[in-house]
Amino acid sequence: MLKQILVVAAAVIIGALSAHVDGRAQSGAPVSPPRREGGLYTMPVQGNVHVIIGAGSNIAVQVGSLGPILVDTGTEQNADAVLAAVRQLTNRPVRNIINTHSHADHVGGNEKVGASGAPISGRGVAVVGAGTVARAEIIAHEETLNRMSAPAGSQAPTPVIAWPTSTFSGKHKEFYYNGEGVQIVHFPSAHTDGDSIVFFRRSDVIATGDVYSTVSYPIIDAQRGGSIQGVLDGLNQLLDLVISGEKTEGGTMLIPGHGRISDEADLVEYRDMTTIIRDRVQDMVNRGMTLAQVQAARPTMEYDGLYGAAPGWSATQFVEALYRGLKPVK
Amino acid sequence: MARLTLSFITLLALTLSTTPVAAQSFLNGDWVGTFHEDQPERGPGPELGDYLGIPVNAAGRQYADSWDASRLTLPEHQCRAHVSPYIYRGPIRVRITEEIDPGTQTVVAIKHFLSTYAQERTIWLDGRPHPPEEAPHTWMGFSTGEWQGRVLKVHTTHIKQGWHRRNGIPMSAKATMTEYFIRHDNVLTQVSITEDPVFLEEPLVKTTNLLLDAATTPNQYQAWLFCQADDEVPGRDPAYVPHHLPGKNPFLTEFAALHGLPVPPTRGGAETMYPQYMDKVKTMPIPAPPARR
Repeated sequence: MLKQILVVAAAVIIGALSAHVDGRAQSGAPVSPPRREGGLYTMPVQGNVHVIIGAGSNIAVQVGSLGPILVDTGTEQNADAVLAAVRQLTNRPVRNIINTHSHADHVGGNEKVGASGAPISGRGVAVVGAGTVARAEIIAHEETLNRMSAPAGSQAPTPVIAWPTSTFSGKHKEFYYNGEGVQIVHFPSAHTDGDSIVFFRRSDVIATGDVYSTVSYPIIDAQRGGSIQGVLDGLNQLLDLVISGEKTEGGTMLIPGHGRISDEADLVEYRDMTTIIRDRVQDMVNRGMTLAQVQAARPTMEYDGLYGAAPGWSATQFVEALYRGLKPVK
Repeated sequence: MARLTLSFITLLALTLSTTPVAAQSFLNGDWVGTFHEDQPERGPGPELGDYLGIPVNAAGRQYADSWDASRLTLPEHQCRAHVSPYIYRGPIRVRITEEIDPGTQTVVAIKHFLSTYAQERTIWLDGRPHPPEEAPHTWMGFSTGEWQGRVLKVHTTHIKQGWHRRNGIPMSAKATMTEYFIRHDNVLTQVSITEDPVFLEEPLVKTTNLLLDAATTPNQYQAWLFCQADDEVPGRDPAYVPHHLPGKNPFLTEFAALHGLPVPPTRGGAETMYPQYMDKVKTMPIPAPPARR
């Protein structure tokens, strides 16, 4: 009888332990971690559009049977890793690069990434001083080319081979590619004077360049034609373009120049923050406060934990840019 | 004696063997908020300038001081949902179900369908990692859970910016939440611990009780949130953002004056959460009540 008891008990206990192991394991397919390459990683955003994170700036990649479009190319030192990341998404040559503006963290990879590609026309791309070469077309607003180049005889800030090869001077440029409309919209005098955003219309994804960031205050490069009013106009124009999805999240997705993938709700917080701080500094300027007094009043204080730690662009610099931009010129 | 021994061992083993299985399913059902805690805040809504009991820091206080309720009239704000650290205190029903792996019949995830704003929340139990920092944030965030005996512990990241209290006290998109779901008979207690490095001095700890409601009917859930924003103030500049300039908000002391409270505790902060703070409050001057009209 005792033997029977022990056998039954042992069986039940083994069953119990097995159940515990199952309970802890909670089996099910784990999510694949993001694909990593040379310190960078890629994430799908929506539709045909992916993002490469960690290249100095976010890089949007639209993939399809015609070959990929890249929005920006990151820093020069990350170019090889960017190409490797693109190859994880598609084995087609890069056809087009669209530069959102002229800063080195967005155009630094133009030379290498461009050289790896080929235009869809097959005819090559006209490059100043180099004739027609087989490489990806680089599209940008004309002001971006102006900022990257220099008049003959002067030293250009970027090598000729990295300059845009196809520019537009109006409000927008559009074409149909990989099964969707691609709309490039120029935001004059925002982060710089050459800003563009790129709207992939079927995918419903917008690459915003540095007009929008989730990790810094708006960077106003006044030396290159940027202004607070241009940034605000750009943010409000973006809000006009995005439509939130069901239950007010998702829908049109945004790839900011830096930071996390966003939607309308994230963008509106950023627009609100920028407007509120602008209004505060404007009020202080109207009351005749000096820059030192405005800085001491800390008009950005509650937002510093969100946006004040960006390398190279502090809250103090942002307030100074606002002050100088809003103070009437005598 | 042998029969008793067998019964005891069997009972012990069955208890051990069934704990995880039972734990996986015993939260299922329709639950409804009880509102015996903080009803004035949860129903009618908090009064302006009432930061009592919230461990808000200086940044969060400045944000709340400049917040103007008219912000909610902006089209982009009209349809926003509550975030997961706040939503369980709303006028809420929660339907808890499970997602089962058809192959192994184990629970992959626990689902919460929340009547408020028809939010759907998934608590993954399959060991998957949280997404990278640059992944999108949502109202409910990304949640993973584990059973600690019969208590479900949940960790949530990737939550959108929302509020700790809906009178302007903000919750940042850097906030994370740890929850414990504990069932006692027909009462489900949610303990939430929200950490917000941007707007809180200390974690915000709340408990919320829900009652099992076996008589729930489908129409008691808001089956779909179909919100279409409109211009509530025709002709207003769409770039306008309502807010109060620093020092210009006229409503901040209204709450203290109306309720005969000293002003400092109404300004919130970690100190105001603890019982010993009452000794300090007793020494504070009380502002004169507002003049009768």
